Amino acid sequence: MSEHFDLSKMIFGRLSWEAIPYHEPILIFTFIGVILGGIVVVGALSYFKLWGPLWRNWITSIDHKKIGIMYMILGLVMFVRGFADALMMRGQQALSFGDNMGYLPPHHYDQVFTAHGVIMIFFFAMPIVTGLMNYIVPLQIGARDVSFPFLNNFSFWMTASGAALVMVSLFVGEFAKTGWLAYPPLSGIMQSPDVGVDYYIWALQIAGVGTLLSGVNLIVTIIKMRAPGMTMMKMPVFTWTALCTNILIVAAFPILTAVLAMLSCDRYLDTNFFTSDLGGSAMLYVNLIWIWGHPEVYILVLPVFGIFSEVVATFCKKRLFGYTSMVYATVVITILSYIVWLHHFFTMGAGASVNSFFGISTMIISIPTGAKLFNWLFTMYHGRIRFELPMVWTVGFMVTFVIGGMTGVMLAVPAADFVLHNSLFLIAHFHNVIIGGVVFGAFAAINYWFPKAFGFKLDYKWGLASFWFWFVGFWVAFTPLYVLGFMGVTRRMSHFDDPSLQIWFQIAAVGGLLVALGIACFFIQIGVSFMNRKKLADVTGDPWDGRTLEWSTSSPPPDYNFAFTPVVHEQDAWFDMKKNGFKRPTEGFIAIHMPKNTGAGFILAMISAAIGFALIWHMWLPVIVCFAALIAAVIIHTFNYNRDYHIPADEVVAVENERTRLLSSHV
Amino acid sequence: MSNHNHDAHAHHGDHDHHEDDTPHGSLYDYVVGFVLSVILTAIPFWLVMGKVIDDKTVLSLILLGIGAVQIVVHMVYFLHMSPKSQGGWNLMALIFTLVLVVITMAGSMWVMYHLHSNMMPMPVNMNSMP
Amino acid sequence: MSNTHTATAAGIRTSESYYLKEEHHPENGTMLGFWMYLMSDCLLFAMLFAAYGVLGRHYAAGPSGADLFDLKLVAVNTAFLLLSSITYGFAMLAMHSKRLGKTLFWLGITGIFGLAFLSLEIYEFVHLIHEGAGPQRSAFLTSFFALVGTHGLHVTFGTIWLVTLMFQLKKHGLVPENKRRMNCLSLFWHFLDVVWIGVFTFVYLMGTLV
Repeated sequence: MSEHFDLSKMIFGRLSWEAIPYHEPILIFTFIGVILGGIVVVGALSYFKLWGPLWRNWITSIDHKKIGIMYMILGLVMFVRGFADALMMRGQQALSFGDNMGYLPPHHYDQVFTAHGVIMIFFFAMPIVTGLMNYIVPLQIGARDVSFPFLNNFSFWMTASGAALVMVSLFVGEFAKTGWLAYPPLSGIMQSPDVGVDYYIWALQIAGVGTLLSGVNLIVTIIKMRAPGMTMMKMPVFTWTALCTNILIVAAFPILTAVLAMLSCDRYLDTNFFTSDLGGSAMLYVNLIWIWGHPEVYILVLPVFGIFSEVVATFCKKRLFGYTSMVYATVVITILSYIVWLHHFFTMGAGASVNSFFGISTMIISIPTGAKLFNWLFTMYHGRIRFELPMVWTVGFMVTFVIGGMTGVMLAVPAADFVLHNSLFLIAHFHNVIIGGVVFGAFAAINYWFPKAFGFKLDYKWGLASFWFWFVGFWVAFTPLYVLGFMGVTRRMSHFDDPSLQIWFQIAAVGGLLVALGIACFFIQIGVSFMNRKKLADVTGDPWDGRTLEWSTSSPPPDYNFAFTPVVHEQDAWFDMKKNGFKRPTEGFIAIHMPKNTGAGFILAMISAAIGFALIWHMWLPVIVCFAALIAAVIIHTFNYNRDYHIPADEVVAVENERTRLLSSHV
Repeated sequence: MSNHNHDAHAHHGDHDHHEDDTPHGSLYDYVVGFVLSVILTAIPFWLVMGKVIDDKTVLSLILLGIGAVQIVVHMVYFLHMSPKSQGGWNLMALIFTLVLVVITMAGSMWVMYHLHSNMMPMPVNMNSMP
Repeated sequence: MSNTHTATAAGIRTSESYYLKEEHHPENGTMLGFWMYLMSDCLLFAMLFAAYGVLGRHYAAGPSGADLFDLKLVAVNTAFLLLSSITYGFAMLAMHSKRLGKTLFWLGITGIFGLAFLSLEIYEFVHLIHEGAGPQRSAFLTSFFALVGTHGLHVTFGTIWLVTLMFQLKKHGLVPENKRRMNCLSLFWHFLDVVWIGVFTFVYLMGTLV
């Protein structure tokens, strides 16, 4: 590497061998582990000649079911990474008292908590939620795919590219040390001149494009592609919450994009949006990013409310209590979520009038949420409850989430917030609602819809063990944080002097280990179920005696989802069909019109990731080249007019006859 | 392959039929819209460049009012917005977005005004915020 | 669709009433989807307007809008954009009367107006930067350049799209896909007009009233 003449500066920017963190043993061991794992995966793929099928059946696939599964896998992989960060923090805080400085130096600790937040929100929770919506919504509304199948593939790969950039930051350079929302002036070029914040910005910008497009896609799918007869008020509740979530995505993510673009202008072009001099205002950043940030909370939790609604109705064998009120509550939350953002910075000093307005609007939002909880409880009341795994998670959610919600209302009181702001009480509160809501919901959903996606149920015993480790572990880990918060301990500390606090952090660390066992049980559960897949097989396509249309087709569903488009007469369409003795048609199949696979989305996303990487390292020449390539690739893609094909009737007949055989063998 | 293509086209013909509910304006619509927007552009430029009104608050409000009217004109005559397009979803999305635009812009300016006046007493004249 | 209503008197429906025997054609969602995208773009601009609203008077002892804005230039630029709107309208009318040549002609005129708009805007920016009033000078200028520049960037991409579409029209004619694309670009182009109304009112005209 000759750093002395300009061309190499144009090509490599500020990237040099210095960027590789040799001096961090933790990272080096992780890196070696990743390399070895990578070699094993690549070797196995080559040995079993799986590259072709991987490319044809997955990477280029525009089937919403496969894309949904890929989103879930991405989410779970990133979850493991994010949770490793969490354990590192728990360990550091349990040890680092008095003379003991713990094992993480402050600059590393700061990256760990930033990465934990960013990954858990953007690359665990978002992909899981998007993946579930992608998989379930078209099946629930009786559609063959989403409205824009190519866009769906592109969205996924953009999200994956963003995640990849975050992972690359582990081994090349470093990640942001600013906390998950990267407030300036700390995130400005003066205080963070290195690449961490740039990784943050470009990872989120690239993933944000994917999220936004998948939001547009699902809205249009729900509005345009519902089966005949399914009016808005006959839609399953999960589809309703998915609709509202995607409306929130489309209306909130451009805000994040704009704010991060302004931050990057400040960092790259030396402008003055959020600087401390020349008239800039760092407080404006906080204000603007929370206009996105609060709706984001509901983007995560609304679909989860939908999942619990489906689960409760199915496992209590009753129609959901108060369907209409559930729908209205969802819509009201969607709108209210835009007028509460200031409660994230009551203490910044907006004064009594502003704080009271936002305090009251925040308290109001708990009303529709409460209505939802009562609806679930009344559905359970006099129901024939089966405590299958999804239902267990749901009950765990109700208990946990209510307590998290109540601490939230406490924080909504501005006067109380002045005491609790930025303390561990806040940390405990939002983990209480996000873990109790989104994570528990994700596990309920995985246990509920896994047989639909893969054709066999998940093992009960390991699932139950996973639940109890999670549930107990969660409370052991976070109750101490509530206590510490009341004592005034603030967040994001890597070292403490007061030894009387240590015991609480040690209890919390034990809780973290219990959760780790819960996660281990979950992966064992999947492994054990795969081994026993013959015994756990679901040939009916309806393992839980479900109520909505996704259970009317086979498990896993055929590429075209439904051989004949279903016609809906009532809410809980599949239950209505079963009640009226619906017999599955076995003849008269016709050719089915389907979209074609394409590699364009993957290619575009990879070019975008390259642009992101080049921008992070100020490699201006590659930036220009890749950007030109991106524009060219988009234009070339638009010249492709041949995007669909027909599945011939014979093929449909073959698939459907196989299902007929399976069904009759079962009875 | 050609057979396929033919199929696809027949099929798209079907779609095209559906799309006839995409509203499109007539020559009359475009001309009316154009004339109106020229007038609504000329008035504010004249008001400001000709220094017609001295009171800045009044002038600002008039400018914003005319701007709002012109946006409606463009929506109706150029974007063909009507309660019927796309089964009402277009208009609903537009209204939702406009509500959010108002909330976020007015809210930000309200919040930031208080933040700046409480926390950053600066020499800039905050009372003349646009 | 008729079998949607074949419930028997007893309220028990036959199996046949639960599925469609023929292929189901959901409506094409492109226009709605594009509209949703535009709405999200609208919020992106709302953020830039909000930033300008908050920072637009933070001159940092530098020049103000009254010192810098050349309203005659802005008026000419507005005229270009308005004219490009009506010419795009003519292109749409030509498309509806199935006249490819005329469609291409009006699209070309629209593109020329778009380029004229961009050239004037670039001239304005270069001029401002030359005078020492670049985006780095003050928060007011930062937010001004960001807002107007983002609009300009949109016009740039709109123009690239327009040229691409002209080639596609030449190649495939007025097929349904191309008509759909014409419709989408129409929404995009007129939407940029609407944003520009906000820009010249809120930024240029109100910015000169100090």
